[in-house]
Amino acid sequence: MSDTPRGVSSPVLELPERLRLRYAKLGRVRYTSQRDLARVMERAMRRASLPLRRSAGFSPRPLLSFGLALPTGCSSRAEYLDLRLDHESTTSPGIRVVDAADIDPASLHRLCALLSAMLPDGVDVTAAAALRGPEMSLQEAVASCDWELEVLGVGPAEAAGQVERLLGADAVMVTRERKGREVADDLRPSILSLRVADRPARVLDGHGDVVGIDASVSTRPRGVRPGELCQALGDQVTLLGACRTYQWMENEDRTVRAEPLSEAGVACVGLPARTEVLGG
Amino acid sequence: MTSVWDRVEPLLWHVEKPARYIGGEDGSFRDDKGPDAVRWLLAYPDTYEIGLPNQGLQILYGILNEREDAAAERTYAPWGDMEAAMREASVPLFSVESTRPAGEFDVLAFNLSAELTYTNVLNMIDLSRIPLHTAERGPSDTVVVAGGHCTYNPEPLAAFLDAIVLGDGEEVVGELNDVMAAWLATPAAARTRRGLHVALANTEGVYVPSLYTPRYADGVLVGYDVDAEAPATVDKRTVADLGEWPYPRAQLVPLTEVVHDRLNVEVFRGCTRGCRFCQAGMITRPVRERPKDQVLEMVRSGIERTGYDEVALTSLSTADFSGIGDVVAALCDPEQGVPEVAVSLPSLRVDAFTVATAASIQQVRRTGLTFAPEGGTWRMRRVINKLISDDDLYAAVDAAFSQGWRRIKLYFLIGLPTERDEDVVAIARLAANCVERGRAHHSKASVTASVGGFVPKANTPFQWHEMDSPSELHRKVALLRREARATRGLDIRWHDPDATGAEGIVSRGDRRIGAVIERVWRDGGTFQEWSERFELARWEAALDAEGLDLASTALRARGRDEMLPWSHLSAGLHPDFLWGDYESSLAGEGLEDCRWTPCYDCGACTTYGIEHVVAATAPPAGGSQGTGQGLDLTGPVTVELGTTHR
Repeated sequence: MSDTPRGVSSPVLELPERLRLRYAKLGRVRYTSQRDLARVMERAMRRASLPLRRSAGFSPRPLLSFGLALPTGCSSRAEYLDLRLDHESTTSPGIRVVDAADIDPASLHRLCALLSAMLPDGVDVTAAAALRGPEMSLQEAVASCDWELEVLGVGPAEAAGQVERLLGADAVMVTRERKGREVADDLRPSILSLRVADRPARVLDGHGDVVGIDASVSTRPRGVRPGELCQALGDQVTLLGACRTYQWMENEDRTVRAEPLSEAGVACVGLPARTEVLGG
Repeated sequence: MTSVWDRVEPLLWHVEKPARYIGGEDGSFRDDKGPDAVRWLLAYPDTYEIGLPNQGLQILYGILNEREDAAAERTYAPWGDMEAAMREASVPLFSVESTRPAGEFDVLAFNLSAELTYTNVLNMIDLSRIPLHTAERGPSDTVVVAGGHCTYNPEPLAAFLDAIVLGDGEEVVGELNDVMAAWLATPAAARTRRGLHVALANTEGVYVPSLYTPRYADGVLVGYDVDAEAPATVDKRTVADLGEWPYPRAQLVPLTEVVHDRLNVEVFRGCTRGCRFCQAGMITRPVRERPKDQVLEMVRSGIERTGYDEVALTSLSTADFSGIGDVVAALCDPEQGVPEVAVSLPSLRVDAFTVATAASIQQVRRTGLTFAPEGGTWRMRRVINKLISDDDLYAAVDAAFSQGWRRIKLYFLIGLPTERDEDVVAIARLAANCVERGRAHHSKASVTASVGGFVPKANTPFQWHEMDSPSELHRKVALLRREARATRGLDIRWHDPDATGAEGIVSRGDRRIGAVIERVWRDGGTFQEWSERFELARWEAALDAEGLDLASTALRARGRDEMLPWSHLSAGLHPDFLWGDYESSLAGEGLEDCRWTPCYDCGACTTYGIEHVVAATAPPAGGSQGTGQGLDLTGPVTVELGTTHR
């Protein structure tokens, strides 16, 4: 072994105390749970010698906070994670914690590459940003997310009819089990948009048509899982795959939506963060 | 070989914990070997999260994949929901790495670490679409083999396995690969199953049950007719120097949570404490320590590579490792270059010194503390040669509570030879005394006493002894619970006595038990280690259908001259030594640890021309367990070397 610090090539990596990361979860690894992925992240960060701030107590855990949980089996191009580094840690000589104002975007870029190399196939850190103000937590900040679904059991025309029916309905009731009891919920208030995708249709051997559906769903009054959307589309519809493509914050009058990364002034690398002006 | 991933994937949405079936672990192997390499599928017959951490399989995985002429992948028992989905969609058992069908591998190799997994072995062979019985397999069928601690009585699985390996696998796995490669290189027309079996049987440490035919008289096993081309007895394999085998070099890091989810470094193999109930201690002799520098290097590189924040130093009794002090000191010293890491010692000796060691290394994160006094009274512990005095236990418990632990776990066995009700009741009293000591330190101190039922196992001094029936064990559990009820902070947990009964059938039975296992499996009895899936009635019905019963297959005592089902298989231990130690046991005589006292010739070293590899010449300080130290403090115990074997 050389004298260079573990996992980090010189020069010293300068990072802010508070960071938000965007990562993708694609391929086979999507069958791991949110909890599994949290452990995978923790191990990758230890391998990268990130001086994570830890909770107090007999079993201190790193202070990582994940946003909306991604259902097991769903993939995503837009997952987020906040973390805090410890200025005073001496265990990571290759990393220095500096003021967020002094961050060089190249450091964030290096951090993305470093973590991606430590993560399993299919999990990649695609953006990093310094957090500097009193940002809301991811749980509070994210107002909606976009999904690409692939469903089986209906043809494209039939699916379009179902979508139209669903959007025209006053209420879209689905049932789920909660604490051993069946609970009925109305999804309609959470469905912002829904349409049959114009991606080319394909046929899966032994299963028939694969139909793409694009959905945008609000996190309030309650989040909507891809499986529930499928259930709402009809009994014969089953989910083949689902990918979260965006998570959005909104301004107060809901005229602009932006990725949780792109608050004014934060540095950002990787795929460009996205801001959209919503049509009135 | 072709991947069945496209057919597996649609099933994954509909099953619990789909991450069990996707592989993707750090350290896993991607097959880049030539067409002539022998393809191994290493299998653990329980769920992914139980099987993945198995160190035996991971050692073989590493050794095989380093060879040019071998390629090893892994598979685990699919849980019931996945099995049903696979059968409905006609998906065979597959490897987690490349999702290739099990039946396309050359060798399917099982680790046998728990007898109640045997019905899963049958299920996995069946899911692989390999003929279930060895006798039905042809020259192109996958060869099914097994290794692991349970192989010292492999007779119940004899009909289903082509070959069984006894002892350490590090060396013999390469020899098996050579035999397989030669056989596979033979033109198909000239290849016979028998030819393979004979070649396997002539590999040291390999038992080929098809070449040994049991003989019975009046429903009792009386001997084996041994094929002329097979050895009369099969001896285990023993690695002389663990330092030559620093495996696994790249421990697998799973994507999903598994048991023992941490770095594991084996610090020594074998144990000569001489606990008479302990099959592991008897069959893995002698003690072979890993050099302490190698231990440290394995910890350092392992932590760095995996990102784990916990390492377990594994062995049958880690506090006995000669290098423990130095290893612990190094792991606690930031200057030594090991990142901050919690160290767990999964098998603690019962003494205050050991607790002090545990406390010094568990500054980062406190894991639980577990002690195993095994018996409730000093008399009982003398019988089983677990020579811990009550005071040793109290000193350990005092030390633990005073060092900040608030909960302690104690392991006991019931159904031990010569056990009386007073020995059972004493478990609750001993544990209650520990709670009381804890209270002096914390108002909420608590003790969990876990109680297992004893099954006398092959190649131990108790192999001849009768075992308690499930109903007797149920009675003793009830007795214990009644006694413990009054103590606040004392929690009694117990292993299901019915499951102990079934374990007795498969641990102590002969080849006729194969048909019983097959019936239980066909009746849906998979995952018998899982209490929610276990029913003794299934086993009793299967025994009944085969004209057998629990009493004669599992419970009854065996005479010294009776042919034991495993009598042709040797762990090196002389039968005379085992019988002598059994008699000493019944007389309440202890036997010292031969690491630090003169050899009493159990056979493990002398039979194979090997010896202990132990760095320290003196026993560890601070305890009496099996070292002969301080025994006089706690009443008369005869420890007379030389009189125990006759």
